[in-house]
Amino acid sequence: MIYWSIFLAFFIPGILGYGGGPASIPLVEKEVVDRYGWMTTQEFGEVLAIGNALPGPIATKMAGYIGYMEGGVLGSAVALFATIAPSLLLMLVLMVTLLKYKDSPQVKNITKLIRPVIAVLLGAMTVQFFITSTESSGAVQTIILTIISFWMLEVKKVHPAFVILLAIVYGGVAGLI
Amino acid sequence: MVGNKERKSAEASSLKVNANIFAAFFRIGLLGFGGGPSAIPLFHIEAVKKYKWMTDDEFGDTLALANTMPGPIATKMAGYIGYRINGVIGCLVALFASVMPTVLMMILLLGILQKYKGVEWVNSMSQAVVPVVGVMLAVLTWDFLKKSGQSLGWLRAIILTVLAVILMEVLSIHPAFLIVALLIFVFIPSKKGGEAP
Repeated sequence: MIYWSIFLAFFIPGILGYGGGPASIPLVEKEVVDRYGWMTTQEFGEVLAIGNALPGPIATKMAGYIGYMEGGVLGSAVALFATIAPSLLLMLVLMVTLLKYKDSPQVKNITKLIRPVIAVLLGAMTVQFFITSTESSGAVQTIILTIISFWMLEVKKVHPAFVILLAIVYGGVAGLI
Repeated sequence: MVGNKERKSAEASSLKVNANIFAAFFRIGLLGFGGGPSAIPLFHIEAVKKYKWMTDDEFGDTLALANTMPGPIATKMAGYIGYRINGVIGCLVALFASVMPTVLMMILLLGILQKYKGVEWVNSMSQAVVPVVGVMLAVLTWDFLKKSGQSLGWLRAIILTVLAVILMEVLSIHPAFLIVALLIFVFIPSKKGGEAP
Protein backbone atom coordinates (compact mmCIF):
# COMPACT_ATOMS: atom_id res chain seq x y z
CA MET A 1 0.00 0.00 0.00
CA ILE A 2 1.38 3.32 -1.12
CA TYR A 3 0.52 5.25 2.07
CA TRP A 4 2.39 2.77 4.21
CA SER A 5 5.45 3.12 1.93
CA ILE A 6 5.18 6.91 2.10
CA PHE A 7 4.93 6.74 5.87
CA LEU A 8 8.03 4.54 6.14
CA ALA A 9 10.01 6.59 3.62
CA PHE A 10 9.67 9.67 5.81
CA PHE A 11 9.40 8.07 9.22
CA ILE A 12 12.88 6.55 9.01
CA PRO A 13 14.65 9.83 8.09
CA GLY A 14 12.51 11.55 10.73
CA ILE A 15 13.78 9.40 13.58
CA LEU A 16 17.37 8.99 12.30
CA GLY A 17 18.15 12.52 11.16
CA TYR A 18 20.11 13.96 14.06
CA GLY A 19 21.10 17.53 13.28
CA GLY A 20 17.83 19.03 12.00
CA GLY A 21 16.15 18.92 8.63
CA PRO A 22 19.31 19.14 6.47
CA ALA A 23 20.62 15.97 8.16
CA SER A 24 17.62 14.06 6.95
CA ILE A 25 18.06 15.06 3.26
CA PRO A 26 20.43 12.19 2.35
CA LEU A 27 18.27 9.78 4.34
CA VAL A 28 15.19 10.87 2.41
CA GLU A 29 17.11 10.51 -0.85
CA LYS A 30 18.10 6.97 0.12
CA GLU A 31 14.47 6.00 0.59
CA VAL A 32 12.88 7.96 -2.23
CA VAL A 33 15.48 7.38 -4.98
CA ASP A 34 17.35 4.19 -4.03
CA ARG A 35 14.71 2.17 -2.25
CA TYR A 36 11.31 3.06 -3.68
CA GLY A 37 12.47 4.49 -7.01
CA TRP A 38 9.84 7.24 -6.95
CA MET A 39 12.20 9.68 -8.63
CA THR A 40 15.63 9.87 -10.29
CA THR A 41 18.59 11.70 -8.76
CA GLN A 42 17.99 14.59 -11.13
CA GLU A 43 14.33 14.88 -10.18
CA PHE A 44 15.31 14.75 -6.53
CA GLY A 45 17.78 17.53 -7.32
CA GLU A 46 15.00 19.65 -8.80
CA VAL A 47 12.90 19.19 -5.67
CA LEU A 48 15.87 20.03 -3.50
CA ALA A 49 16.74 23.08 -5.60
CA ILE A 50 13.23 24.51 -5.49
CA GLY A 51 13.07 23.61 -1.81
CA ASN A 52 16.28 25.51 -1.16
CA ALA A 53 15.03 28.51 -3.11
CA LEU A 54 11.89 28.72 -0.99
CA PRO A 55 11.77 29.71 2.67
CA GLY A 56 10.71 27.43 5.53
CA PRO A 57 11.94 24.11 6.91
CA ILE A 58 13.48 21.92 4.18
CA ALA A 59 12.42 18.50 5.50
CA THR A 60 8.72 19.30 5.46
CA LYS A 61 8.86 20.95 2.05
CA MET A 62 10.40 17.79 0.59
CA ALA A 63 8.03 15.47 2.47
CA GLY A 64 4.94 17.50 1.59
CA TYR A 65 5.81 17.60 -2.09
CA ILE A 66 7.03 14.03 -2.57
CA GLY A 67 4.08 12.72 -0.57
CA TYR A 68 1.75 14.71 -2.81
CA MET A 69 3.38 13.35 -5.98
CA GLU A 70 3.04 9.75 -4.81
CA GLY A 71 -0.29 9.82 -3.03
CA GLY A 72 -2.11 13.12 -3.57
CA VAL A 73 -3.32 15.24 -0.68
CA LEU A 74 -3.55 12.25 1.65
CA GLY A 75 -0.04 11.16 0.67
CA SER A 76 1.21 14.64 1.44
CA ALA A 77 -0.47 14.56 4.85
CA VAL A 78 0.97 11.11 5.61
CA ALA A 79 4.49 12.20 4.64
CA LEU A 80 4.25 15.35 6.77
CA PHE A 81 2.88 13.39 9.71
CA ALA A 82 5.69 10.84 9.47
CA THR A 83 8.29 13.61 9.33
CA ILE A 84 6.94 15.73 12.16
CA ALA A 85 5.06 13.56 14.62
CA PRO A 86 7.55 10.98 15.97
CA SER A 87 10.18 13.36 17.28
CA LEU A 88 7.67 16.02 18.35
CA LEU A 89 5.60 13.49 20.32
CA LEU A 90 8.74 12.12 21.95
CA MET A 91 9.74 15.64 22.89
CA LEU A 92 6.33 16.47 24.38
CA VAL A 93 6.00 13.19 26.25
CA LEU A 94 9.54 13.05 27.56
CA MET A 95 9.80 16.78 28.28
CA VAL A 96 10.35 16.47 32.01
CA THR A 97 12.77 13.57 31.79
CA LEU A 98 14.63 15.09 28.87
CA LEU A 99 15.10 18.44 30.55
CA LYS A 100 16.89 16.61 33.32
CA TYR A 101 19.24 14.87 30.89
CA LYS A 102 19.76 17.55 28.29
CA ASP A 103 23.20 18.34 29.70
CA SER A 104 24.24 14.73 30.30
CA PRO A 105 27.35 13.74 28.35
CA GLN A 106 25.62 10.72 26.78
CA VAL A 107 22.81 12.78 25.32
CA LYS A 108 25.26 15.35 24.04
CA ASN A 109 27.35 12.58 22.50
CA ILE A 110 24.46 11.37 20.37
CA THR A 111 24.53 14.29 17.97
CA LYS A 112 28.33 14.45 18.06
CA LEU A 113 28.79 10.81 17.10
CA ILE A 114 26.10 10.77 14.44
CA ARG A 115 27.35 13.92 12.74
CA PRO A 116 30.21 12.18 10.83
CA VAL A 117 27.74 9.58 9.56
CA ILE A 118 25.50 12.33 8.23
CA ALA A 119 28.55 14.01 6.70
CA VAL A 120 29.39 10.81 4.82
CA LEU A 121 25.81 10.50 3.57
CA LEU A 122 25.86 14.11 2.43
CA GLY A 123 29.24 13.58 0.77
CA ALA A 124 28.03 10.51 -1.10
CA MET A 125 25.00 12.46 -2.26
CA THR A 126 27.20 15.31 -3.43
CA VAL A 127 29.26 12.93 -5.58
CA GLN A 128 26.07 11.45 -7.01
CA PHE A 129 24.84 14.90 -8.01
CA PHE A 130 28.03 15.74 -9.83
CA ILE A 131 27.96 12.39 -11.64
CA THR A 132 24.34 12.97 -12.69
CA SER A 133 25.19 16.44 -13.87
CA THR A 134 28.17 15.24 -15.89
CA GLU A 135 26.01 12.60 -17.55
CA SER A 136 23.24 15.02 -18.49
CA SER A 137 24.99 18.36 -19.07
CA GLY A 138 28.51 17.19 -19.90
CA ALA A 139 31.72 17.68 -17.93
CA VAL A 140 32.54 21.18 -19.20
CA GLN A 141 29.13 22.63 -18.37
CA THR A 142 29.18 20.96 -14.97
CA ILE A 143 32.60 22.35 -14.10
CA ILE A 144 31.69 25.86 -15.22
CA LEU A 145 28.39 25.85 -13.32
CA THR A 146 30.08 24.39 -10.25
CA ILE A 147 32.81 26.99 -10.13
CA ILE A 148 30.46 29.91 -10.75
CA SER A 149 27.89 28.78 -8.22
CA PHE A 150 30.56 28.04 -5.61
CA TRP A 151 32.04 31.50 -6.15
CA MET A 152 28.64 33.16 -5.86
CA LEU A 153 27.41 31.15 -2.88
CA GLU A 154 30.55 30.95 -0.78
CA VAL A 155 32.79 33.84 -1.83
CA LYS A 156 30.21 36.48 -2.70
CA LYS A 157 27.57 35.10 -0.30
CA VAL A 158 24.79 35.61 -2.83
CA HIS A 159 21.41 34.36 -1.62
CA PRO A 160 20.83 30.68 -2.66
CA ALA A 161 17.41 31.50 -4.09
CA PHE A 162 19.05 33.97 -6.46
CA VAL A 163 21.78 31.54 -7.53
CA ILE A 164 19.21 28.83 -8.27
CA LEU A 165 17.13 31.32 -10.25
CA LEU A 166 20.20 32.30 -12.31
CA ALA A 167 21.00 28.65 -13.01
CA ILE A 168 17.42 28.10 -14.16
CA VAL A 169 17.57 31.10 -16.49
CA TYR A 170 20.96 30.00 -17.81
CA GLY A 171 19.66 26.48 -18.42
CA GLY A 172 16.63 27.83 -20.24
CA VAL A 173 18.70 30.06 -22.50
CA ALA A 174 21.27 27.32 -23.16
CA GLY A 175 18.44 24.94 -24.04
CA LEU A 176 17.01 27.38 -26.59
CA ILE A 177 20.29 27.85 -28.42
CA MET B 1 -6.33 25.14 37.27
CA VAL B 2 -8.79 27.41 35.49
CA GLY B 3 -11.92 28.52 37.42
CA ASN B 4 -15.39 28.74 35.89
CA LYS B 5 -15.38 32.49 35.47
CA GLU B 6 -11.91 32.50 34.07
CA ARG B 7 -12.76 29.71 31.68
CA LYS B 8 -15.20 31.83 29.68
CA SER B 9 -12.79 34.67 29.14
CA ALA B 10 -10.09 32.13 28.38
CA GLU B 11 -12.23 30.64 25.65
CA ALA B 12 -12.96 34.06 24.23
CA SER B 13 -9.31 34.94 24.09
CA SER B 14 -8.35 31.51 22.78
CA LEU B 15 -9.13 32.64 19.26
CA LYS B 16 -6.84 35.59 19.61
CA VAL B 17 -4.10 33.39 21.04
CA ASN B 18 -4.43 31.02 18.12
CA ALA B 19 -4.33 33.92 15.69
CA ASN B 20 -1.12 35.13 17.32
CA ILE B 21 0.40 31.65 17.17
CA PHE B 22 -0.53 31.39 13.52
CA ALA B 23 0.90 34.82 12.68
CA ALA B 24 4.18 34.14 14.52
CA PHE B 25 4.91 30.80 12.90
CA PHE B 26 3.63 31.90 9.52
CA ARG B 27 6.18 34.72 9.53
CA ILE B 28 8.96 32.36 10.64
CA GLY B 29 8.03 29.91 7.90
CA LEU B 30 8.07 32.54 5.18
CA LEU B 31 11.15 34.47 6.28
CA GLY B 32 13.43 31.57 7.18
CA PHE B 33 15.53 30.81 4.13
CA GLY B 34 18.01 27.97 4.30
CA GLY B 35 15.96 25.42 6.21
CA GLY B 36 14.92 25.08 9.83
CA PRO B 37 18.27 25.59 11.62
CA SER B 38 18.70 29.00 10.01
CA ALA B 39 15.27 30.04 11.27
CA ILE B 40 16.18 29.65 14.94
CA PRO B 41 16.90 33.37 15.48
CA LEU B 42 13.45 34.10 14.05
CA PHE B 43 11.86 31.78 16.60
CA HIS B 44 13.66 33.70 19.30
CA ILE B 45 12.38 37.05 18.02
CA GLU B 46 8.75 35.89 17.91
CA ALA B 47 8.53 33.69 21.02
CA VAL B 48 10.75 35.65 23.42
CA LYS B 49 10.94 39.23 22.24
CA LYS B 50 7.64 39.88 20.54
CA TYR B 51 5.01 37.73 22.28
CA LYS B 52 6.94 36.95 25.48
CA TRP B 53 5.66 33.37 25.47
CA MET B 54 8.86 32.23 27.14
CA THR B 55 11.98 33.63 28.80
CA ASP B 56 15.44 33.52 27.31
CA ASP B 57 16.37 30.59 29.55
CA GLU B 58 13.26 28.63 28.66
CA PHE B 59 13.97 29.23 25.00
CA GLY B 60 17.52 27.99 25.45
CA ASP B 61 16.28 24.86 27.21
CA THR B 62 13.75 24.17 24.49
CA LEU B 63 16.38 24.55 21.80
CA ALA B 64 18.84 22.29 23.63
CA LEU B 65 16.13 19.71 24.08
CA ALA B 66 15.04 19.88 20.45
CA ASN B 67 18.65 19.37 19.43
CA THR B 68 18.92 16.10 21.33
CA MET B 69 16.03 14.67 19.33
CA PRO B 70 16.18 13.58 15.69
CA GLY B 71 14.07 15.12 12.94
CA PRO B 72 13.57 18.66 11.66
CA ILE B 73 14.31 21.31 14.26
CA ALA B 74 11.74 23.88 13.08
CA THR B 75 8.71 21.64 13.56
CA LYS B 76 9.93 20.43 16.96
CA MET B 77 10.25 24.03 18.10
CA ALA B 78 6.94 25.13 16.57
CA GLY B 79 5.03 22.13 17.89
CA TYR B 80 6.44 22.42 21.37
CA ILE B 81 6.03 26.19 21.72
CA GLY B 82 2.49 25.99 20.29
CA TYR B 83 1.66 23.22 22.76
CA ARG B 84 2.96 25.22 25.70
CA ILE B 85 0.85 28.23 24.82
CA ASN B 86 -2.43 26.57 23.92
CA GLY B 87 -2.32 22.78 24.26
CA VAL B 88 -2.97 20.44 21.35
CA ILE B 89 -4.82 23.11 19.35
CA GLY B 90 -1.92 25.53 19.76
CA CYS B 91 0.47 22.80 18.66
CA LEU B 92 -1.52 22.07 15.51
CA VAL B 93 -1.96 25.74 14.64
CA ALA B 94 1.79 26.35 14.98
CA LEU B 95 2.67 23.32 12.85
CA PHE B 96 0.13 24.20 10.18
CA ALA B 97 1.37 27.79 9.95
CA SER B 98 5.03 26.85 9.67
CA VAL B 99 4.62 23.98 7.21
CA MET B 100 1.69 24.59 4.88
CA PRO B 101 2.55 27.83 3.06
CA THR B 102 5.85 26.54 1.71
CA VAL B 103 4.55 23.04 0.95
CA LEU B 104 1.82 24.61 -1.19
CA MET B 105 4.39 26.76 -2.97
CA MET B 106 6.49 23.66 -3.67
CA ILE B 107 3.55 21.77 -5.15
CA LEU B 108 2.61 24.77 -7.30
CA LEU B 109 6.12 25.54 -8.63
CA LEU B 110 7.18 21.94 -9.22
CA GLY B 111 3.78 21.20 -10.72
CA ILE B 112 4.39 23.84 -13.37
CA LEU B 113 7.87 22.43 -14.00
CA GLN B 114 6.53 18.88 -14.39
CA LYS B 115 3.94 20.03 -16.90
CA TYR B 116 6.53 21.33 -19.33
CA LYS B 117 8.96 18.50 -18.71
CA GLY B 118 9.03 17.36 -22.34
CA VAL B 119 10.07 20.78 -23.65
CA GLU B 120 13.78 20.88 -24.42
CA TRP B 121 14.62 24.21 -22.77
CA VAL B 122 12.64 23.42 -19.60
CA ASN B 123 14.56 20.18 -19.28
CA SER B 124 17.78 22.09 -19.75
CA MET B 125 16.68 24.41 -16.92
CA SER B 126 16.45 21.61 -14.43
CA GLN B 127 19.74 20.10 -15.60
CA ALA B 128 21.54 23.38 -14.94
CA VAL B 129 20.30 23.36 -11.35
CA VAL B 130 21.88 19.98 -10.53
CA PRO B 131 25.50 21.20 -10.13
CA VAL B 132 24.29 24.15 -8.02
CA VAL B 133 22.61 21.73 -5.66
CA GLY B 134 25.85 19.71 -5.74
CA VAL B 135 27.76 22.75 -4.51
CA MET B 136 25.21 23.39 -1.77
CA LEU B 137 25.47 19.77 -0.63
CA ALA B 138 29.26 19.91 -0.73
CA VAL B 139 29.17 22.98 1.51
CA LEU B 140 26.75 21.25 3.86
CA THR B 141 29.01 18.17 3.92
CA TRP B 142 32.01 20.27 4.83
CA ASP B 143 29.92 22.00 7.49
CA PHE B 144 29.05 18.69 9.13
CA LEU B 145 32.66 17.46 8.88
CA LYS B 146 34.03 20.66 10.39
CA LYS B 147 31.58 20.52 13.29
CA SER B 148 32.48 16.85 13.84
CA GLY B 149 36.15 17.74 13.96
CA GLN B 150 35.53 20.55 16.41
CA SER B 151 33.34 18.57 18.79
CA LEU B 152 34.91 15.10 18.63
CA GLY B 153 38.49 16.04 17.88
CA TRP B 154 39.82 15.50 14.36
CA LEU B 155 41.33 12.06 14.96
CA ARG B 156 38.11 10.53 16.27
CA ALA B 157 36.05 12.37 13.67
CA ILE B 158 38.22 11.03 10.84
CA ILE B 159 38.14 7.46 12.18
CA LEU B 160 34.36 7.59 12.43
CA THR B 161 34.08 9.14 8.98
CA VAL B 162 36.27 6.48 7.36
CA LEU B 163 34.34 3.77 9.18
CA ALA B 164 31.07 5.24 7.94
CA VAL B 165 32.37 5.37 4.35
CA ILE B 166 33.42 1.72 4.48
CA LEU B 167 30.19 0.50 6.07
CA MET B 168 27.70 2.55 4.09
CA GLU B 169 29.34 3.18 0.74
CA VAL B 170 31.54 0.11 0.26
CA LEU B 171 29.52 -2.52 2.10
CA SER B 172 26.19 -0.77 1.35
CA ILE B 173 24.83 -1.12 4.86
CA HIS B 174 21.70 0.98 5.45
CA PRO B 175 22.52 4.09 7.54
CA ALA B 176 19.79 3.09 10.02
CA PHE B 177 21.93 0.23 11.31
CA LEU B 178 24.94 2.44 11.81
CA ILE B 179 22.96 5.18 13.57
CA VAL B 180 21.18 2.70 15.85
CA ALA B 181 24.51 1.02 16.63
CA LEU B 182 25.97 4.39 17.58
CA LEU B 183 22.94 5.15 19.77
CA ILE B 184 23.44 1.87 21.62
CA PHE B 185 27.16 2.54 21.90
CA VAL B 186 26.50 5.95 23.49
CA PHE B 187 24.43 4.48 26.29
CA ILE B 188 26.70 1.53 27.07
CA PRO B 189 28.76 2.52 30.09
CA SER B 190 32.27 2.35 28.69
CA LYS B 191 34.89 0.58 30.78
CA LYS B 192 37.78 2.33 29.13
CA GLY B 193 36.17 5.73 29.55
CA GLY B 194 36.78 6.24 25.86
CA GLU B 195 33.86 8.61 25.48
CA ALA B 196 35.20 11.78 26.97
CA PRO B 197 32.81 14.70 26.54
